[in-house]
Amino acid sequence: MAEAPITPVGSTTAGSIAVAAESTVATRMSAPPSYDVADFPVPHGREEEWRFTPLERLRGLHDGSAVATGSGLRVEVSAPEGVTVETVGREDARVGRAGVPVDRIAAQAYSAFEKASVVSVPKESVLTEPIRIAVHGEGGTAYGHQIVELGAFAEAVVVLDHTGDAVLAANVEFLVGDGAKLTVVSVQDWDDKAVHVAQHNALIGRDASLKSVVVTFGGDVVRLHPRVAYAGTGGEAELFGLYFTDRGQHQEHRLLVDHNTPHCKSNVVYKGALQGEDAHAVWIGDVLIEAAAEGTDTYEMNRNLVLTDGARVDSVPNLEIETGEIVGAGHASATGRFDDEQLFYLMARGIPEKEARRLVVRGFFAELVQQIQVPDVEERLLAKIEEELEGAVA
Amino acid sequence: MATLEIRDLHVTVEADNATKEILKGVDLTVKQGETHAIMGPNGSGKSTLAYSLAGHPKYTVTSGTVTLDGEDVLEMTVDERARAGLFLAMQYPVEVPGVSVSNFLRTSATAVRGEAPKLRTWVKEVKEAMERLNMDPSFAERNVNEGFSGGEKKRHEILQLELLKPKIAVLDETDSGLDVDALRVVSEGVNRVRESGEVGTLLITHYTRILRYIKPDHVHVFAGGRIAESGGAELADKLENEGYEAYVKGGASA
Repeated sequence: MAEAPITPVGSTTAGSIAVAAESTVATRMSAPPSYDVADFPVPHGREEEWRFTPLERLRGLHDGSAVATGSGLRVEVSAPEGVTVETVGREDARVGRAGVPVDRIAAQAYSAFEKASVVSVPKESVLTEPIRIAVHGEGGTAYGHQIVELGAFAEAVVVLDHTGDAVLAANVEFLVGDGAKLTVVSVQDWDDKAVHVAQHNALIGRDASLKSVVVTFGGDVVRLHPRVAYAGTGGEAELFGLYFTDRGQHQEHRLLVDHNTPHCKSNVVYKGALQGEDAHAVWIGDVLIEAAAEGTDTYEMNRNLVLTDGARVDSVPNLEIETGEIVGAGHASATGRFDDEQLFYLMARGIPEKEARRLVVRGFFAELVQQIQVPDVEERLLAKIEEELEGAVA
Repeated sequence: MATLEIRDLHVTVEADNATKEILKGVDLTVKQGETHAIMGPNGSGKSTLAYSLAGHPKYTVTSGTVTLDGEDVLEMTVDERARAGLFLAMQYPVEVPGVSVSNFLRTSATAVRGEAPKLRTWVKEVKEAMERLNMDPSFAERNVNEGFSGGEKKRHEILQLELLKPKIAVLDETDSGLDVDALRVVSEGVNRVRESGEVGTLLITHYTRILRYIKPDHVHVFAGGRIAESGGAELADKLENEGYEAYVKGGASA
């Protein structure tokens, strides 16, 4: 038995790993998961899962008043040969399979979407080019449902790209077949006014792996809920995220890794930079190791770099362990400032101020950018970081 | 020949809602190829002089001039001073998370030299400089000053000194907190740069210990925010035997 290097929730002071009687990850939600929006009360803002979110800026997604406009949001899928792209109704067996909506907006999206888009990669098919799903807002309000399905031993990279202006609530499902490898890059590069709330559910097959890279730059409010569960032993999840939260923006990433199956791994690394008055980033990292999940190996980390005064970070890692028979479990969270002394040090070596800031921010994000492995997306991100920093100087 | 001229320099600092004058008329000329040791008791203003020359925003120059080859240093931004050939080895180097030593060094060398060093010769140059300072190659991949021991921080400062080849190097208590081995390695690094004859060195120290390794041409005693006495290397011996007591009292009554 390996000891966890941290003190888990519910542990005793004696130092041994205590077993939580009941999952607080589940119970601190205000209602159990459900596909039906009617099962969730309208949030008032003091609930644990809503307390960081500015409800008044959600444009009615949370209280049923946001009506789909039927237009004003375009979704274009470009996929290499062999990949099936189809539209299905909610009766399709794959819809809702990877996970159940856990909050009011996810259930609202589930209750309100008309057709789900399904992208399927046949078994044993190894794609050399990424599948690109471009979601472009033109001022509309929409409820979406997207499914990406990989057959056994298939390998694919999916880029889910959000741009423009929209009010969007969506569920995105990743069904990763046994032995399959899926990399998903979800880019939130919205215009300033966009509101985007989404639950991402991944169900990882036996010996399958998922690498998720979530990149959030734009929008007025972005609230994402990436969640992972395992359908068989030997599954691996790597969840990477980077965000650049500007003046007035609210960017919230709430992760859950549910180790419900023995001998699975997860590694969560989210990093954010913040600048400007009322920039607000929220990171919730929940990891649940269920009693059955012996041999689990998990680590989660959140780092924030605050570039200016007036920005706020809420970072809440939460690890809940119901079995001590694990390989390892740990978490870390740290928020630091880019301060005047760092600037002085770099400038005292001849480096101009702008370049000094760029050096620090690029360095901070470098290990995550390298994880993307889709060259055009990497380049765009680096350019975006430059642009954000330029904006700060102006 | 490069010359740093400090004339009647007065510097204040804001502390506890009050303005306090730390430097009270410093006069000093440092020429390329010369080594000046500035010695003095704690709180005499030695480090303030170092940081003021580099342009730290905490310090305000209220009067006096600093010129490098006739150019007004006080008018320059911090990075301009460095590019003009002024280098400050800091007593407490700052951690810069997320920036590797190799990336930092290259960015800095590019800024100071005005062009990016050629990759192949640069890699060799850094590797050799690190070897001379007994630094492990893995050092280059660590983040700047992050988790460095005291000795590693000082070696890293001297590594920069060797690579950036300034006209005037100000070494602010580079010897403090070093054991004898580290002091020797760091001193050898400083001496290699001095032997080029192209750098004027301003060695700020509290102790005479480092002067056994780095022989100064001039020794200045700093007390009460100004230079109280100047002399040759023999002045350091006097300080070694008698301490700063005479100057502290003298400074207080002046």
